[in-house]
Amino acid sequence: MIHDVTQPLLRVQNLHCAYGVRAVVRDISLDLWPGEVLAIVGESGSGKTTLLNAMAARHAPTSGTVAFAMLDAGLQDIYALSEAQRRLLARTDWGFVHQHAADGLRMNVSAGANVAERLMALGHRHYGNLRAQASDWLTRVEIDPSRIDDRPDTFSGGMRQRLQIARNLITQPRLVFMDEPTSGLDVSVQARLLDMLRMLTRQMNLAAVIVTHDLAVARLLAQRMLVMQGGVAVETGLTDQVLDDPQHPYTQLLVSSVLPP
Amino acid sequence: MISPRTPASAPLLDMQSVGKQFVLHLQNSTALPVLSGFNLTLMPGECVRLSGPSGMGKSTVLKLAFGNYRATSGRIWVRDTNGQQIDITQADARTVLHLRSQTMGYVSQFLRVIPRVAAIDVVAAPLLEGTQHALTPDEARERAAQWLTRLRIAPALWALPPATFSGGEQQRINIARSFIKPRPLLLLDEPTASLDPENTQTVIDLISEARAQGVGILGIFHDASVAQTVASRTVAMQPYQATP
Repeated sequence: MIHDVTQPLLRVQNLHCAYGVRAVVRDISLDLWPGEVLAIVGESGSGKTTLLNAMAARHAPTSGTVAFAMLDAGLQDIYALSEAQRRLLARTDWGFVHQHAADGLRMNVSAGANVAERLMALGHRHYGNLRAQASDWLTRVEIDPSRIDDRPDTFSGGMRQRLQIARNLITQPRLVFMDEPTSGLDVSVQARLLDMLRMLTRQMNLAAVIVTHDLAVARLLAQRMLVMQGGVAVETGLTDQVLDDPQHPYTQLLVSSVLPP
Repeated sequence: MISPRTPASAPLLDMQSVGKQFVLHLQNSTALPVLSGFNLTLMPGECVRLSGPSGMGKSTVLKLAFGNYRATSGRIWVRDTNGQQIDITQADARTVLHLRSQTMGYVSQFLRVIPRVAAIDVVAAPLLEGTQHALTPDEARERAAQWLTRLRIAPALWALPPATFSGGEQQRINIARSFIKPRPLLLLDEPTASLDPENTQTVIDLISEARAQGVGILGIFHDASVAQTVASRTVAMQPYQATP
């Protein structure tokens, strides 16, 4: 954690999201600093994923702002950027890891092409370099590089998820959004993925926002936590504070409802 | 949040009228008062022992100082490495994290294990936190190896995740992981509880060495002989009393 940085990477202010008249996210504000991992927890329907999508420029909020510290221009409202700028941001400086790998991968092209796609979109053309970088990233996410020409539909669930992570991280983003990245995986596969995410976020000083309903995942990966209920952030704080000394009735219910994380 | 008063002789830790009560919302909002009007100052080189029977709030004091529990009332000033007094009860998450990384260490009785991470990497991790560390991963491991050796963890165990280790081994991993990075304030919750006499002596030596370097230590030591050897002062916890 660098403490002399004077500006957050992401600043969310008074964010509201509504579907019709139904408010799904109400008045959420937060700052995320470089290298910080924030977990958003809460039950299904609490608005976690809507909030994530609003922060990741995937679904415009009804009101409020989301600002990102652009490399050349400082904090900029992401919804005021042009569509092209936003797309560039989303495939260079940001990553988005979907709950279902099939939503984040191209299932009908090779693993190597999946991993190298962002580089190609940025204009990298040298086939040998692209392949070498893809192979290097497969190794980093513990996929045997000899599988580089295989299609992801021949991969296991855990491998697909790791492939999705490699595909996102190859451009060295500063911020990654993740929607339930470990749900639906076996515990042993989960442990491997979690350990890898933990290592990569630290090595790359990567900031991340992770939506999860698993408090143990939050404990392992995130320094900070935001608890949502009915679209409202009912509690925020350091992960260990929120889990060990929960203040809000809903957080207390959440913590007491699971085996100790 | 940051006090203007920063003389060099300021305490490392200054707890002023600290109160803590837990409100159990799921049990008809029962209030569980643990601490009220608690005061404590800790100067560099001191080792203050918290004493008293179980349930008097000794561990709570350590957790409040570490920012793990949130105080219900009072102020908890921690002097950071720049000499600034920071009130941990008011500080934002990022400031508390920075204090934990640079200023204060906490050794709990239990190691929180991370699946798949080798013991030696668990110990080396604090040296590699953040982006400004001067050590390479290999150098950090070398230093971790020295600590594991000093705390008598068999080299055959170094590459294994500590999940399967004995209680005493896990506790020594915890101690190594905390002492490996010198920090001016140490909070120790029964650091010798499950150690044999030899390792207990090592921990006693570590505490003396840290004190000689000006580290301030606040600890809970149930073993009376350990407490007598390491502590420069004892603070007896008082039963909870409602403050008027």
